[in-house]
Amino acid sequence: MTRNSIVFDNVSYNFGKKEIFKNLSFEVPAGQTVGIMGPSGTGKTTLLRLMGGQIQPDTGTVFVEGKDLKKIKRTELFELRKCLGMLFQSGALFSDLTVFENVAFPLKEHTRLNGEMIRYLVLIKLNSVGLRGAAHLFPRELSGGMQRRVALARAMALDPKLIMYDEPFTGLDPIALGVISNLIKDVGSVYECTNVIVSHDIEETARISNLLYVLSEGEIIGQGSPQDLKKDDSPRLRQFLNGLPDGPVPFHYPAPEYMDSLIGVKNTKRTIIKRDD
Amino acid sequence: MFVHALKQIGRFSFEILSSMGRALRLLSSALIRRPDHRNIPLIIGQVYQLGVLSILIIVCSGFAIGAVLALQGYTQLVRVGSESALGLGVALVLVMEIGPVVSALLFAGRAGSAVTAEIGLMKATEQLASMEMIGVDPIARIIAPRFWGGFIVLPLLALMFSVVGVWAGSLVAVDWLGVYSGSFWSVMEQGVDFFDHVMKGIIKSIVFGFVVIWISLYQGYDSLPTSEGLSTATTNTVVFSSVWILVLDFFLTLMMFEL
Ligand SMILES: Nc1ncnc2c1ncn2[C@@H]1O[C@H](COP(=O)(O)OP(=O)(O)O)[C@@H](O)[C@H]1O
Ligand SMILES: [Mg+2]
Repeated sequence: MTRNSIVFDNVSYNFGKKEIFKNLSFEVPAGQTVGIMGPSGTGKTTLLRLMGGQIQPDTGTVFVEGKDLKKIKRTELFELRKCLGMLFQSGALFSDLTVFENVAFPLKEHTRLNGEMIRYLVLIKLNSVGLRGAAHLFPRELSGGMQRRVALARAMALDPKLIMYDEPFTGLDPIALGVISNLIKDVGSVYECTNVIVSHDIEETARISNLLYVLSEGEIIGQGSPQDLKKDDSPRLRQFLNGLPDGPVPFHYPAPEYMDSLIGVKNTKRTIIKRDD
Repeated sequence: MFVHALKQIGRFSFEILSSMGRALRLLSSALIRRPDHRNIPLIIGQVYQLGVLSILIIVCSGFAIGAVLALQGYTQLVRVGSESALGLGVALVLVMEIGPVVSALLFAGRAGSAVTAEIGLMKATEQLASMEMIGVDPIARIIAPRFWGGFIVLPLLALMFSVVGVWAGSLVAVDWLGVYSGSFWSVMEQGVDFFDHVMKGIIKSIVFGFVVIWISLYQGYDSLPTSEGLSTATTNTVVFSSVWILVLDFFLTLMMFEL
């Protein structure tokens, strides 16, 4: 059996009354690039927050690198995070530090390298995302896409063995997109790092992943290699992969009938106007 | 109707209790972080941010209030011919009461609100979350240094306030109104006791500093990550701090001055 980097065992999670995940179970094998796809609002970001131990599931267990995130001590959790990298959807750079200092931050915190060594490593990382020239700028002086590239360099700074990416492909121009997705792929294949990519970009995610999960309404509706998924003909999966607005997967956030909202009928009973369809 | 009101009260008290619980948890986790040698520069940075940058407003206010106290005091005392006690009166009022209270109020408005806004924005832009994921605990890195910085700084600011106030009072009384400078200073010297008066003022400002910085940190850390959430949090910092300062001042006075 292959070792698993992440295991979700019967995980349920709710935001108040809204059920985000219901008895979700899946594994992320070590050293693989795993894509988790799903329409926006299905809980992909929430899934990553569970993996990082920032929130706890209501029931069920999340294991990361063999550790049960519910039982682990706070200090152990912080120790574990030193070998994880996370790319936030917003980038989440430290706004009072320059690009250089942002990427240097994890190195300064967790290694005893001298200044020269750190400079060297930071410039390598920045070069790999094409932003070595922006090292002296502040995050506010960069575009959203550039900020996320810096954040990617920061997430990779310590060469973690598991990196989680929240929507790594949004806001990038075609050239940057190609470079970044190859970078993620290389990190996985060359350094044998486990990659977890969470995205709604089907094509790009499928291109670089070994294993895909498709998430909808708190459940996994399809899984397997990109080739497997192409062959799978479950209607929910087909609708998502082919980008059709109508089908078993709802495009709309749960809401009362459209017509009812427009004409202001309370409840969902429609009594005043009848549509003749 | 009645049941509804009861439910509202229940929910409201639950909200207050759980919020107090969260505030206590934040405080205790900030306090138990072992002071690491790497934290010292961070604390010094906060002493600068919260303290040094507040000096201007403290000095100006202390000057104005000291001058007003001397003017008001003079008009009353001169009628009974005891203007020689003016220095003593100004000094006691400043050191025991107005110095600690007003400088704490100013500190809440100038430094407390800034701390709340800073931390609230860091939270809203996920900087705290990303720091956590890098494996650096934001409580140790962001919260604790601000706590210690604020805690150290307010008593010093309050003393500075009182000293400047007394000096302004002497300018008004001695240099302008012509109170005899020998009696202004010597009566003050005889009447003001370090342990009886100055120390009690310092204790007050230590308590106020603790409360104001705690409220400010908690409001920022617990704020909703929205523009409205941030504005509410900053307002709450100033309002709650001010009320607590005034209420605590009453009880501290009651306790320390054995009435
Ligand atoms: N703080 C929150 N409070 C309540 N509901 C939330 C909160 N954050 C997210 N949600 C809900 O959880 C669902 C999943 O959110 P998210 O994980 O951000 O989705 P995704 O990243 O897939 O777009 C959304 O439907 C959203 O409404
Ligand atoms: Mg998301």
